Amino acid sequence: MGWLEPQEWEAVALSLRVSFWATLVALPFGVFIAHALARWHFPGKQLLNGLVHLPLILPPVVTGYLLLLTFGTKGPVGALLQDFGIVLAFRWTGAALAAAVMGFPLMVRAIRLSIEAVDPKLEQAASVLGASRAWVFVTVTLPLILPGIIAGSILGFAKAMGEFGATITFVSNIPGETRTVPTAIYAFLQVPGGESSAMRLVVVSVVVAMGALIMSEWLARRAARRVSGT
Amino acid sequence: MTLAVRIRHSFGDFTLDVDFEAPPGLTVLFGRSGSGKTTVINAVAGLLRPDEGRIAVDGQTLLDSAGRVDLPPHRRGLGYVFQEARLFPHMSVRQNLKFSRWFRKGTRADFGQVVEMLGIGDLLDRRPGALSGGERQRVAIGRALLGDPGILLADEPLAALDDARKAEILPYFERLRDEAAVPILYVSHSAAEVARLATTVVALENGRVAGQGPAADVLGDPMLTPLGARAMGAVLSARVVAHHDDGLSELDAGGVPLFVPRVVQSAGQIIRLRIAAQEVMLSRARPEGVSALNILPGTIEQVRPGEGPGAIVSLATPAGRILARITQRSSKTLGLAEGMHCHAIIKSVAIAPQDIGGQD
Repeated sequence: MGWLEPQEWEAVALSLRVSFWATLVALPFGVFIAHALARWHFPGKQLLNGLVHLPLILPPVVTGYLLLLTFGTKGPVGALLQDFGIVLAFRWTGAALAAAVMGFPLMVRAIRLSIEAVDPKLEQAASVLGASRAWVFVTVTLPLILPGIIAGSILGFAKAMGEFGATITFVSNIPGETRTVPTAIYAFLQVPGGESSAMRLVVVSVVVAMGALIMSEWLARRAARRVSGT
Repeated sequence: MTLAVRIRHSFGDFTLDVDFEAPPGLTVLFGRSGSGKTTVINAVAGLLRPDEGRIAVDGQTLLDSAGRVDLPPHRRGLGYVFQEARLFPHMSVRQNLKFSRWFRKGTRADFGQVVEMLGIGDLLDRRPGALSGGERQRVAIGRALLGDPGILLADEPLAALDDARKAEILPYFERLRDEAAVPILYVSHSAAEVARLATTVVALENGRVAGQGPAADVLGDPMLTPLGARAMGAVLSARVVAHHDDGLSELDAGGVPLFVPRVVQSAGQIIRLRIAAQEVMLSRARPEGVSALNILPGTIEQVRPGEGPGAIVSLATPAGRILARITQRSSKTLGLAEGMHCHAIIKSVAIAPQDIGGQD
């Protein structure tokens, strides 16, 4: 990328990597929780629903700080993970975790809506035809909620690309490790003569966001056509 | 294969308490909406868990609340044709038909044969969204059959279709019944469907079995009115004698000639026809100079006054039992009573084509 300075390109590449992994790792959990919220009845369902949505309403700094308390090297989960050689605090993996947590409510909402739109009568028909619950999900539910999964992933990805508050609180703003595009823009604006770098990253942000949106629309329309059965 | 069902189930202030057996052939669960038919069939499929009861197919127990047996739907080995076809929209017709083959190994049902019987060979690569209602229901029947079901369940499979589509699908159920491929449990609230299809009828009223037995017995029983007097009618068996040039077919019903609108069956075949009680007039003397072509002599078995102005008269004729719905006033004027000799008068055009079907 000739027109980006190396350190700007570094931020863009890191943001893409962080967002990609955040989305990919969150997706199976998102589908599972969305399915549980949409179809199952269990005690504590409202509590789970609240927990999932918490990052949406809490100040991002608070979420970041809670992540630091939990997943920091001295935190309960962080200490445990450290025994297995996994360190999240102040690493790009931690940035991915922060991005995943912040994008999770959006992802779950989109997938949950699509699951609720699937007619349970189709799932009943599949089970009478010999499919166990797991197979009903794989052969009927999953293909029918594909548009929702795509929409949820794009939303999660876009949120991850733009995540700032929780990231900077949890993993700081270390060039090459945790300096994603938003934190880089912030950093460039703090130093004299940084405006042009910030401006270029703003353009990149807009292009990536628009590209993601257009791609998701296209994929969702294709999937919807497939699913509508015509 | 015989299906035995005994279940109790309550929801709200409605209690379902039924006990019946479905012998081989086609058993119709017959009753008006709200009588509990769909609850029974869903309990057999395992889609609804009744409060208590036992459901078994021959030796295999599907549900036994006392013995804590409750097979999940996918392990009951059944086929189910729903009112709406419920085809999987994201799969082609072929994939829909072959769906159960992913889960049930070694099914005997022959793909080509089922496709041919249902006439859906040209639809295989289409998507369900591009099919008509009748085509969809044929594919749904094929999908259920290809799962090699121990019993085929059907919940008002024609109710969502218009008359022309009904006429398209009915013969397939007749064939399934006659070729005795699978026992069928069929839910319906249509007297015409019952008359054409049923080997056995289980009449449900308010969650209870009001009567069960061969179709002609249950439908001809003036005590059983699951749908009210307006829908009553007797079922007769008759042999096709000849087709006449004026559009009528001549039948022989126990030695009595009957003229009906042209039937599709050929001479010599046995058919069954339903004669709606509404359409039957009674006369004490053999009438002369009437336009109606069918006059059946008989003896009155019973005169049963209804709650309104009507009465149901059952008449034993050489063709079988005929039911006539007349007014109580006529019954009094004519002095109708048990054992009295009488004539039933039936207009040929009053026998609807959809009330005539092949015999099993």
